[in-house]
Amino acid sequence: MYLTKEQEKMLSGEQGETVERMFRLLVRLGEIYGADKMIPVSSVQVAGVSYKSIGDPGLEFLEDIAAKNTKVMVHTTLNPPGMDLLDWDKLGFPKDFAVKQLRIMDAFKKMGIMTTATCTPYLVGNLPHFGEHIAWSESSAVSFANSVIGARTNREGGPSALAAAICGLTPNYGLHIAEKRKPTLLVRVGVELKSNADFGALGYHVGKIVKDGIPYLKGIARAEVDQLKALGAAMAASGAVALYHIEGITPEAEKMAPSGIEAIDVGENELQEAYAKLNTGKEPDIIILGCPHASLKEIANLACKVEGRHMKKPLWICTSRTTKDTATKMGFTEIIERAGGKVVADTCAVVAPIEQMGYKTTAVDSGKAANYLPSFCKQQVVFKSLDDLLEGRTS
Amino acid sequence: MKGRMISPGKTKGEALVSRNPMSFYGGIDPKTGIVIEKGHELEGSCVKGKILVFPKGKGSTVGSYVIYGLKKNGVAPAAILNKETETIVATGVILAGIPCVDSLEIEKLKTGDKLVVDADNATVATE
Repeated sequence: MYLTKEQEKMLSGEQGETVERMFRLLVRLGEIYGADKMIPVSSVQVAGVSYKSIGDPGLEFLEDIAAKNTKVMVHTTLNPPGMDLLDWDKLGFPKDFAVKQLRIMDAFKKMGIMTTATCTPYLVGNLPHFGEHIAWSESSAVSFANSVIGARTNREGGPSALAAAICGLTPNYGLHIAEKRKPTLLVRVGVELKSNADFGALGYHVGKIVKDGIPYLKGIARAEVDQLKALGAAMAASGAVALYHIEGITPEAEKMAPSGIEAIDVGENELQEAYAKLNTGKEPDIIILGCPHASLKEIANLACKVEGRHMKKPLWICTSRTTKDTATKMGFTEIIERAGGKVVADTCAVVAPIEQMGYKTTAVDSGKAANYLPSFCKQQVVFKSLDDLLEGRTS
Repeated sequence: MKGRMISPGKTKGEALVSRNPMSFYGGIDPKTGIVIEKGHELEGSCVKGKILVFPKGKGSTVGSYVIYGLKKNGVAPAAILNKETETIVATGVILAGIPCVDSLEIEKLKTGDKLVVDADNATVATE
């Protein structure tokens, strides 16, 4: 791989041991994946934040880096931790967990990372432009940035994203290169998608088939941004999809018109099959919405549906702190709380230790959460549209 | 034999060879360096100071941080040799500063071999 003189110096340790190792990591990953050079990035999203995911080894690593006064060079935001950073005690998060989680947040903050604590950085001030080179981890955000915005990022891991933030660089390979963004599978959608959950079910089905390829979806007449967020998250979870195109909707679809690639059809049967596979539980102990983190519009919608009613089961909607603050100003938080629900900030169903909080069956309207909850949180899952989840569970 | 440098450094030591892929998160105790993966051929062995040889990594990406933890706790292997170093192990050895070479014919190595590893030049020799 070609390195500039400046970059050679980084590798020889001239800027200290941390930069040397972080840059070596980028160079080695670049060589493994066939990169020709390094390119500057302007934005980073760092995953691997929950104490539940990274444990003591991760905590110690991050504290060591922070203690050496290492700072990030570019605008860097952070994924969700394993708890609500303010209301963890009230919500029943274990104390020993909270102490470790707060130490992790401090370490990131010390590095100059914005502790946004959300998987939807594009909703809270980390919004790249079309064609911009970025280095993001968090598979659902990667999918959104590549597909809906048309920015360019590979699926980074926690350490490689952190390395990109510290060095301001990423190896040039994969989705940074225009030709590597062409579709590999044509998906003809022959069923009307009525809810976020339908988009999640479609995403789950397509992700299983396309794996780490690039699907081109045809036959989706319209989609709200929140639905694209749900679709991409599910595809990234059941497969490893980092980029999808939708005819007439996503920005690169027009110039990426598929030719000579394999095609599949998805109809009502395939959609119902996806629902059947993801539904492993019967009556939920809790309903958790907001995977990926809910937008302000989704919180407003929930408030509208539960206003003046009372939930028979615990209900969480997870979102970023920024979005919750606005929802609170609008009175949505109060409406949801009066109905017995909670607007939980920072964390989410996937990275919170819900299995330690006494929950065995969780209901979700997210294809991503439905996919991960059985293994990450030992949950049985009820996966339905929001309307179906609320049906009969309010009074 | 000659391979490809993943992480630099020179060292020597006794080989500890696994014919199966290794998981670090939940596979090796970062405090003691003892292999704890149930049913693994190296279960109960300690990797401390050894030239740890295995085809490739497997399992959780948190394994990278476990490799870092092994080094920090003074129980890391002296070097790691692989058939193919995937990103979990590559990330771990680079962050920890453990010499690592891959693209090696590791079938020719066996536990107890005395090895000299020069990762800077991507070579492995018997002492």
